[in-house]
Amino acid sequence: MGLPIEIYLNVAASGLLTGLVYGLMALGLSVIFGVVRVVNFAHGEMMTVGMYVAILAFATLGIDPLVMMVPIAAVLFVFGYLLQTGLINPFINRPEHSQFMLLVAVALILVNLQLIVFGPDSQGVRTSYSFDSYAIGPLIIDASKVYAALAAVAVAAALFAFFRFTLLGKAIRACADNYHGALVVGLNVKHLYALTFGLGTACVGAAGAMLVAITDVTPTIGPAYTLLAFVIVITGGLGSMPGALLGGVLIGVTEALGGLLFTPSAKSMFAFGILVLVLLFRPQGILGRKLS
Amino acid sequence: MSNSNHSSRRGISRRTFATGVAAAGIIAGSAPFNIVRAQAKSLKVGVLLPRSGVQAGIGQDCHRGVEITAGVLKELGLPSLEIMNGDTETNVDVARSRAERLIADGAQLLVGAFDSGQSTAIAQVAEQRGIPYVINIAAAPPITEQGYKFVFRNFPTAPMILTDAFANQLEIFKIAGTAPKTAVFMHVNDTFGTAMQKGFTGVMSKFTMPYKVVETISYDPAARDLSVEVAKAKATGADSLIMVSRLNDAILLTRELVKQRWSPTAVLSMGPGWYEDQYLKTLGKLSDGPMSFVPWYDPNKKVSKLLEKALAKAHPGINLNTNHVYTFEALLVAADAFKRAGTADPQKLADAIRATNITDNVSTGPGIQFNAKGQNDKLKNSAIQNRGGKLVAIAPASASNAKPELPMKPYDKR
Repeated sequence: MGLPIEIYLNVAASGLLTGLVYGLMALGLSVIFGVVRVVNFAHGEMMTVGMYVAILAFATLGIDPLVMMVPIAAVLFVFGYLLQTGLINPFINRPEHSQFMLLVAVALILVNLQLIVFGPDSQGVRTSYSFDSYAIGPLIIDASKVYAALAAVAVAAALFAFFRFTLLGKAIRACADNYHGALVVGLNVKHLYALTFGLGTACVGAAGAMLVAITDVTPTIGPAYTLLAFVIVITGGLGSMPGALLGGVLIGVTEALGGLLFTPSAKSMFAFGILVLVLLFRPQGILGRKLS
Repeated sequence: MSNSNHSSRRGISRRTFATGVAAAGIIAGSAPFNIVRAQAKSLKVGVLLPRSGVQAGIGQDCHRGVEITAGVLKELGLPSLEIMNGDTETNVDVARSRAERLIADGAQLLVGAFDSGQSTAIAQVAEQRGIPYVINIAAAPPITEQGYKFVFRNFPTAPMILTDAFANQLEIFKIAGTAPKTAVFMHVNDTFGTAMQKGFTGVMSKFTMPYKVVETISYDPAARDLSVEVAKAKATGADSLIMVSRLNDAILLTRELVKQRWSPTAVLSMGPGWYEDQYLKTLGKLSDGPMSFVPWYDPNKKVSKLLEKALAKAHPGINLNTNHVYTFEALLVAADAFKRAGTADPQKLADAIRATNITDNVSTGPGIQFNAKGQNDKLKNSAIQNRGGKLVAIAPASASNAKPELPMKPYDKR
């Protein structure tokens, strides 16, 4: 088509930055599944909760969404912890379809609560840097996306460090590796499950705070993000933390370049195309472990 | 067994008689209610709008038109309407099922549904069930090309919108003394956007436009990010944008134009989005400049003033727009037909709608009449421009109240 090379670079950079935020969102889903073995069908809806809290804080107190990232993550952590303790733990040993339906019900309740509280109109924030962009040579990079992507990398790094270097993180990994072994050595598995679910929802809450700096939110957009998170974690490897980030970046860049090279209205087709290829040739995902 | 035979031989038992008397009593007792129903003072109107989902903002805006209708109808001496609301959730299948549900719940006439895809589905239901359906907003031509007997549309089709848009643009370029040389045509890929895209080239070829369309880009109206679309449009080097969009994507696109440091000399919109109140409020001074070539209203008509007054009272600070006007007019058609028909009988109501001749209306043009296909083909469009959070009419000259501002002020100079 003969487009200048800087257009490809601009679009790829935009896809990379958005993909990192998507990656953090999917990371929460991957962490929950990797440890608790529950598929969170309300993941996107939980992210919209984070987005609305960020909008509320901005509208009432004027606090920047990126500053609100930590408080929102804390609120969502408590929400996730209580949800796992009060609602999901009793379903842990029930058939998978019961768990699915439970979380689909949670998703529907969240969507409708948001519709009641915030209404159906799209809402967003307009920060001092909302319309800023950086010009680096021929590249023009959206400032909001840069900040959001940097924050996503920082949160993901903190999560990696938590699971790798802290005693609590190691205990959670032990639960994921060997449920019965963890029980035998006296770990409080249900508490650790609740902590993990809380961490997953905290991740998605933080991602919501970042995303609201990039795009608007409506209550009904949650299911689209849930689907996107699934595509990313299945591509990267369900249960793999680096896989979720890699999947996010891959999907973000593929959608962006695919839209540029072909037609933008078929952007999501490329994401699903990658998903189909991964399922065909590497069903466990790019960085996922092969199930025995 | 023998008792039974005995009873049947006797003819009517005491129990059967009592049951018969009770049934006769119920029928006799309910008869006055039947008469009352036939002479009902109000018509049950099922209003279907996308009040949640991607088009929720516009659906809610159309609903404001419903809210202010009752008072205006009263002032015009028309019968009241009993409104039954249905949310299509911006989904064609939901629109179909809600239409079925409203009819089952007693709706005697349907109105809606802002979107061509949803309106097409509702039209099929209305025709099958023999219930009159007055479309408020939907531009895809096929809806009134099916030979339907119960479907009426008081809104221009895509070719009508395009024809008036190009004519109004030529008028504006002449007044402004300048015109864009090249343009990118961007459109949503839903039913409305696709219908507009199909008609665009054909209708444009009938006019001598000063600009050349160098690229056509379609996109998903529910897209979360439109950076690729804008990057692709910017890369063409075109100096203007021709848009067929919705509300959320219009906001997203404007943000991307600013972020990617591209200020077209003109944004020429042939659909909703760019003139909506939410667009103006969300973007502030960045919302100034786009021109919309849309079905609009004649501010000089008497009923327009009534409607403006009613909206200002119910929703202070909101500009009267296409959504309010055409939703109101759909209900006006219903009330007018009900008054003339004197009954809610669907066939008689449909016949009355077909004979509509309302000249005391709101929209631009001579009034509301329907052709044999159920289409009001007398409607005219206006061109409006965003100026300081308000909307001014800039063409046609006969219905304008301001001169066009062209080229648009660059985003970084505001």
